[in-house]
Formats: sequence, structure tokens, C-alpha cells
Amino acid sequence: MELTTVWFTVIAFLWTGFFVLEGFDFGVGMLAPALSRGEAERKQVLGTIGPVWDGNEVWLISAVGAMFAAFPAWYAGMLSEFYLPIVLVLVGLIVRGVGLEWRGKVHHASDRAWCDLGILIGSALPAFLWGAVFADLLHDSVTAMLVGGVFSVSLCLLHGAVFVALKTLGPVRARARRAALVLSAVALPAGVAALSGIPSAGTAAGGPDAPVWIWALALAATAALAAGVALTWRGRDGWAFTATASSVALTGAALFGALWPAPLPGLTLAEAASGPYALQTLTWIGLIALPFVVGYQAWSYWVFRKRLVAQPS
Amino acid sequence: MEALDLARWQFGVTTVYHFLFVPLTIGLGVFVAGLQTAWHRTGKEQYLRLTKFFGKLFLINFAMGVVTGIVQEFQFGMNWSEYSIFVGDVFGAPLALEALLAFFLESTFLGLWIFGWDKLPKRVHLATIWAAVIGSNLSAYFILAANAWMKHPVGYEVVDGKARMTDLWAVLTNSTALAQVPHVVAGAFIIAGGFVLAVCGYNILKERRTDPDRTVPMRRGAGSIWRTPMRAALVMTAIAGAVSAGTGDLSGKLLYEQQPMKLAAAEGLERDTAGAAFSPVPGVEIPMLLSFLATNAPDAVVRGAEDLQAEFAKKFGPGDYRPNVPVVYASFRVMITFGMATVGLSVLGLWLTRRRRTPAASREHPAPHGPVRGRRRTVRVPREIPSWFARACLLALPLPVLAMIAGWLLSEIGRQPWTVQGELLTAASVSPGVSLTEVAVSLAVFTLLYGLLAVAEAVLLVRYVKAGPEQVSPAPSTPAGGSGNGDATAVMLQPTLMY
Ligand code: HDD
Ligand code: HEM
Ligand code: HEM
Repeated sequence: MELTTVWFTVIAFLWTGFFVLEGFDFGVGMLAPALSRGEAERKQVLGTIGPVWDGNEVWLISAVGAMFAAFPAWYAGMLSEFYLPIVLVLVGLIVRGVGLEWRGKVHHASDRAWCDLGILIGSALPAFLWGAVFADLLHDSVTAMLVGGVFSVSLCLLHGAVFVALKTLGPVRARARRAALVLSAVALPAGVAALSGIPSAGTAAGGPDAPVWIWALALAATAALAAGVALTWRGRDGWAFTATASSVALTGAALFGALWPAPLPGLTLAEAASGPYALQTLTWIGLIALPFVVGYQAWSYWVFRKRLVAQPS
Repeated sequence: MEALDLARWQFGVTTVYHFLFVPLTIGLGVFVAGLQTAWHRTGKEQYLRLTKFFGKLFLINFAMGVVTGIVQEFQFGMNWSEYSIFVGDVFGAPLALEALLAFFLESTFLGLWIFGWDKLPKRVHLATIWAAVIGSNLSAYFILAANAWMKHPVGYEVVDGKARMTDLWAVLTNSTALAQVPHVVAGAFIIAGGFVLAVCGYNILKERRTDPDRTVPMRRGAGSIWRTPMRAALVMTAIAGAVSAGTGDLSGKLLYEQQPMKLAAAEGLERDTAGAAFSPVPGVEIPMLLSFLATNAPDAVVRGAEDLQAEFAKKFGPGDYRPNVPVVYASFRVMITFGMATVGLSVLGLWLTRRRRTPAASREHPAPHGPVRGRRRTVRVPREIPSWFARACLLALPLPVLAMIAGWLLSEIGRQPWTVQGELLTAASVSPGVSLTEVAVSLAVFTLLYGLLAVAEAVLLVRYVKAGPEQVSPAPSTPAGGSGNGDATAVMLQPTLMY
């Protein structure tokens, strides 16, 4: 395989990891007010992502860092092209981060309310905007941005609700399951609209037909989404989460499949790529380091595997 | 006003801001890990209280470092796309390594540390904080290697108007980086040491206000809880001060070879001069010192800005190759004076707080154990920390921070008009497609948001410093039982390290 293809795959993997992991972080952040009654339950809901959200965010940092190193022109083109949306993404990530970290350290209920607002806005903004930005990359239209954004937000919400159902006990768990079912009313149609658009993006612009495997990925993503809803209905939390996570992952795979080999209009990977020496060196380091990263992150999920219960004071 | 000017302001503002928090994270993290290690080794409750107390301050600060760091990473692509395309091949590599090798380590293990108090065996839990601080320090190394490359590009060639990396090892072992990394990390430890000193100083003064008669004598075991961290911070600051001066001297010598214009600006030297003098403040000159500092030879020629300008204009074409001399000149002096003042304070403090010997069986200090000195048994007891010194410690908070900022102004403004020394001008680095309005909006948004958050962080830190360490529960390692549910964890409600 060409080194540029390897690095495109690595970057797709990192972005997809970010979507899967921060997807539920964003969902939990947006849902926290709706799923909890009172402070104890609020802590319970946010506690599900507490130990892991920062590590999950590093998937984004790594994805962007890898783009910078392997395809500087892609990195620079994408970030300067979508200047204002990216500013808003950053604002979102800032207020979410301090909200999550400071929430347990402020003393007044009013300060906590500010943190909660930061978490809410800071989860919603990036969830919407990343969907919109990637949809625009594919279709270059405002409608597509809207559909992409709505799909992305609803998918995060659904994924987050399923995650909360998996990680909690008590009334919060019941509410999360109900929320997931209600949210599917938006996520499923938005998913059909957005996912069916992914393979046809190139064709609409006069390009060749999308390869069959992109259609297959998009179809599988839709099916996994539906399966996630059905499994939630049946009360199979673990399998439901597996299904929504797969749906997000398959969406990411289809998306990057459709972006290959020209990730920006008028820019091919070959033109954007760093030299062979840089790519080769990074490949070795990446091959050695990534398994460790995945390993210790998995370990941290295992350490925090138990369901959380609310403990009234 | 052009997009370029605002982009520069934005970079300066956001980077200086990121760098207000990062050094404290780097230094304080190690300090907290040290405290927890002391608790692990001795089992003394006061170390646990201190670990949790400083741990909380550390986490409040850490949050700001994280969220402002993300802006840094995106900003190169947003405002400096031409720069990114030019340098990505070389510069991107350490940045990607930073994320992959350092940030994952730091964030994952910090999560484990914060939430793992009652879930991990004590020894494993201690290891998590060490893993996290190793991550912070590694991240400093990678990002500074990237920064050093801009000052002294190595291990690359220019192909089709882009830098292409030819030797990653050369980039990572750049002489400039090897001097810069310990210099910056030492600065970080001075900042963290100064922070701890200020916290301890404040609390010692408060103890005295609430206990004016000193009914609690400053005696071993019964003394103030603040004495141990203060001593530890004094040691840390003094050692870091020595490293900082040594590596700073080394950096100066490298400037002489690699960035003569920056050195000329830092000294306000106009003409090539043999046996150049150093002026600590304008008007006062110490003959030959500059030449000596730059090369170890008192009569060596140090290049002057005028002469370098003429040479650069010949080499690179017409243009002004001088940085803003007054700013660079002043920054250099602020860095050294404020930084070394903190270090001086810590050396003084070490002497003031040394133990004194006293006969063992005196009524004042009836402690029976202690080394046998001559024929009499003596014990070494802590001296009382003078109140004026505790007050002076409050200065140790702002001074090194200002020194650090000044150092960066020297480093970055002194490099102008280049982003990559000798290869790429700042004016050629900016994103061509980004409008003035866009940069203005983002500059305004970030400045406003950062201002608000700075106030919030300061309020939060002050509140925790005032509250002081909490009592810890007698058995801190008992797992929290989850209302009879075997496979569940209760969410703790006290304000702990978690939510
Ligand atoms: C508390 C912080 C602190 C202290 C006490 C000092 N410095 Fe410093 N200095 C920095 C913090 C700093 C810094 C902010 O970390 C810089 C900016 C860029 C860098 O590499 O480190 C820096 C840069 C810097 C440079 C420029 C390097 C370059 O641009 O390539 C020189 C020549 C010195 N320092 C020299 C000194 C000397 C001779 C010192 C004392 C005797 C000294 N510094 C104390
Ligand atoms: C290691 C990381 C760093 C990198 C890669 C870096 C890179 C840059 C770049 C690309 C610019 C472009 C704008 C310009 O040249 O004017 C710049 C300017 C600047 N940087 Fe750095 N920098 C780093 C660290 C820092 C730090 C830690 C500080 C301060 C705390 C700092 C302070 C500044 C300032 C004040 C400017 C504006 C200078 C001017 O425009 O006149 N930098 N730096
Ligand atoms: C301009 C260049 C810089 C970029 C692109 C950058 C990038 C970042 C990013 C993305 C983060 C967040 C990591 C997380 O989520 O855990 C971060 C935090 C951090 N950065 Fe920077 N950074 C820059 C300058 C610096 C410098 C000069 C240093 C050190 C000398 C540094 C040291 C750190 C450390 C130790 C952290 C983690 C601790 C904390 O968050 O407070 N950074 N940085």
C-alpha cells in the first residue's frame, strides 16, 4: 500500500475514534440536564464520562496533528477554509472542558449552573459543527451542512443516551432508555438522509459512481443505527451500545472513503502529502505507539466499568 | 491594519495565555506526585492532605492548559496556512508525536488518578500520577523541539518551496532544543515553586493572624502543616534556578552562533564590537562581559544589528531584518531580574528555615531522640519562619510568571521578521484566504473568553487556597459501597477531586 494511503487510513481511524468516543461524551453533555433530577443524579450522569472525556478528546488532537504532519496542505486548507465554524468548535471545546473540570470544584449552585451551561453548549456546538463541516466538504451546499449537522447531533444524542443507560442504575437508566427511543425519531430519518448522501456525493458533482463498498458501509451504518434502537427497546444495553458505536464507526469509514483520494475540492492526497521520509518515520513510530495507547485507554475503561448509582447526600 | 497584524496579535495573546497555565501544570504535577509518594512511603496523614490540597489546585489549573492548548494546535492551520504548508513536513512530526506519545498518556492517566482513588491499589494509583506528569514533561519536549526548529532549522532540505524533513533525529536533538527544553522546564519548576511558596506564605500569615500568641509552637510534629511544602518548594526553586541560569547561559551562547540578530537586539548593540560590554540597565556597562557571556572569550567580536542588517539585506534581498529592539532588550532584562529574584528569595528562605540545634532535654523541646553531639544529646528543631519572609513569598507568584512571559517575548519577537529563521518570513506565513474580519472576530472571541476564564480561575484558586487542606477521612482507601449493589459504584458527593 502507498504511504499516503496508509496515512489517510490512520487519519480516518483517528477521526473515527474521535467520533465514536467523543460522540457519547457530547451526547452525555447535551443530555445531562434532561436525564437527571437533582444534583446527585446530575453527578451520576456526568460521572459516566468524567474519567475518560479528556483522553477521548486527544483522539481529535491526534487526528489533527497527524493531518498536519502527513498532509500539511489538507490540514491548512481545511482549517482556514472553515475558519469561523472552527472558531466556534474551539469555543465549544473550551467551555465544555472547563465546565467539566470545574463543576465539582465550585461551591455555589449558581456557579454550577454556569458550568452546566458550558457543558451543554460546549457539547452541542462541536457535535453540530463537525457534522456540518464534513457534509459541506462532501456536498458543498448549505442544505447538506444542515442535514449533516442535525444527523451528527442526533446521532451523538442517541449514542450518549445509550451510553448512559449502559453505565448507570436507577431512574437515570430508565430515563436514558426512554430518551434513546424518543431520539431515534429524529436520528433515524436524519441518518437515512445523510448516509444515503455520502456515496452519491461524487456522482452529483459529475464524478464517477461511488464504489460498492461505500454504499455497503453507508447501508451498514444505517442498519446498525436501527439495530441500536431495537436493542435499546429490548433492554440490551451492552449490545445497543455496541450497535450505536458501530454505526458511528461505519459512518466515519464511509465518510472518509468518500473523501478519498481528494480530501478537499481540488486537492489530492498526493499533492497534499509530506515527503516519503517523514511519512515512513512517522509510520514506524505510529505502529509502535498506537497499540499502547489503545491498550491503556481500554484499561481505563475497564477500571471504570462499573455502573454508577446516585448517592443522595 | 491587515489580517497579518491581527493574526500575530492572536498568536501572541493565545500562546502567552496557554503558557500562563502550562508551566504550572508541568511543575506542580511533579510536586503533587512527590507529595503522594511521600504519603505512600511514610503513611503520614499530613502528606495525604497536602496531596489532595495541591492536587485540587493543580487540576483547576490543568483544565485551562488543556482547553487553551487545543486552540494552539488548530491555529497554525487557521491563521498561518502558508506557514503550515511550508513547515508541516518537519514541524508536524513533533506535534503529532506530542499528541500520540504525550497527550494520550497525560490525559488518560490523569483521568485514572482523579477518579481512581478508591478503585486502584494504592501503588498503582501512585503510578498513574507519575505517568501523567511524565506525559506533561514529554509534551514540553516535543513542542519545544518544534519551536527550536523555527529558530535553528536542521535536518531538512527545501524542495519545491517546502521544507522536507531528512533527519528526524537531528530535529529532535537540535542543539537549540537541547538547551531550550531544560531551560523552559526549569522555568516551569520555578513558577510552580513560586506558586507553592506563595500559597504557604499566605497560609502561614493566616495561621498567625488567627493564632497571634503562637500557642502552637513551631516544633517538629506539632508545627505548621505548611512548613514541609514550603521547604520542598524552596529546594525545588533553588535547584531549578541553577539549571535555569546554566541553560540560559548556554542559550545565549547558541544565540551568538545561530541567531546573532536576536542577541544584538537583546543587547541593543548597533555595530560589530570586540570585547562588547553588558549593560544590566541602560547607562550602566560592565566591560567585556557580553563577549565573555556569548563566547567565554572576553575579547571576542559580537555582531551588531546595523552590520547584520546590511549583511542580511545583501543575502536575502531588501527589507528590514531587525526585530523590535526596545521590546527585546527590555524582555531580556525582565526575564533575568524577575526570575533570579525569585531564585534568590528561595536561597534566602532555605537559609532562614534551616533547623537549629538545641539541647535535647530542655523544657522547651522535650523530644528525647536525636543524634548524640559531643557529650550532650541535641535535637535539630525547625526555626520559626519570619513573618516578613512569609510575606515576601507572596511575590514569588507573579515574578517568575512575568519572567517566563518576558523570556518568550525575547524568544519570539527577537526572531522577527522570520517565522523560520532564514527560511520563511512572518509576512509570507499568514493564510491568504482568511479575511481581516474573520481574524478580528476570532481574536475578539478568544480574548473575551480567555479574560473571563482567567477571572474565574483566579477566583476558584483563591477560594481553595483560603479554605486550606481538608481533613481526610480516617480510612481513605476504603471503596465506596454502592447501596448494597455489588457491581455499582456510588458517586461521591463531597467536593472531592472528582465531580
Ligand atoms: C522563570 C523563567 C526564566 C528564568 C529565571 C530565566 N529564563 Fe531565559 N527564558 C525563559 C525563562 C526564564 C523562557 C520563557 O522559558 C525562554 C523563552 C524561550 C525559551 O527557550 O525559554 C527563555 C529564553 C532565553 C533565551 C533565548 C533563547 C532563544 O531565543 O533561543 C536566552 C538567551 C535566555 N533565556 C537566557 C537566560 C539567562 C542567561 C538567564 C539567567 C541567568 C535566564 N534566561 C533565566
Ligand atoms: C512551542 C511552541 C511555539 C511555537 C511553535 C511558536 C510559534 C510562533 C509562530 C508561528 C508565531 C507567528 C507569528 C509571528 O511570527 O509573529 C509566533 C509568534 C509569537 N509567539 Fe510563539 N511559538 C511558540 C511558543 C510560544 C510561547 C510559549 C509564547 C509565550 C508565552 C510565545 C509567544 C509568542 C508571541 C508573543 C508572538 C508574537 C510575536 C510577534 O508577532 O511579534 N510563543 N510564535
Ligand atoms: C504553540 C504551540 C503549542 C501547541 C500547538 C500546543 C498544543 C497543546 C494541546 C492541544 C494541549 C491539550 C492537550 C490535552 O487535551 O490534554 C496542550 C496542553 C499542554 N501543553 Fe501545549 N501547545 C503549545 C505550546 C506549548 C508549550 C511551549 C509547552 C511547554 C513547554 C506546552 C506544554 C503543554 C502541556 C504540558 C500541556 C498539558 C498540560 C495542560 O494542559 O496544562 N505547550 N497543548
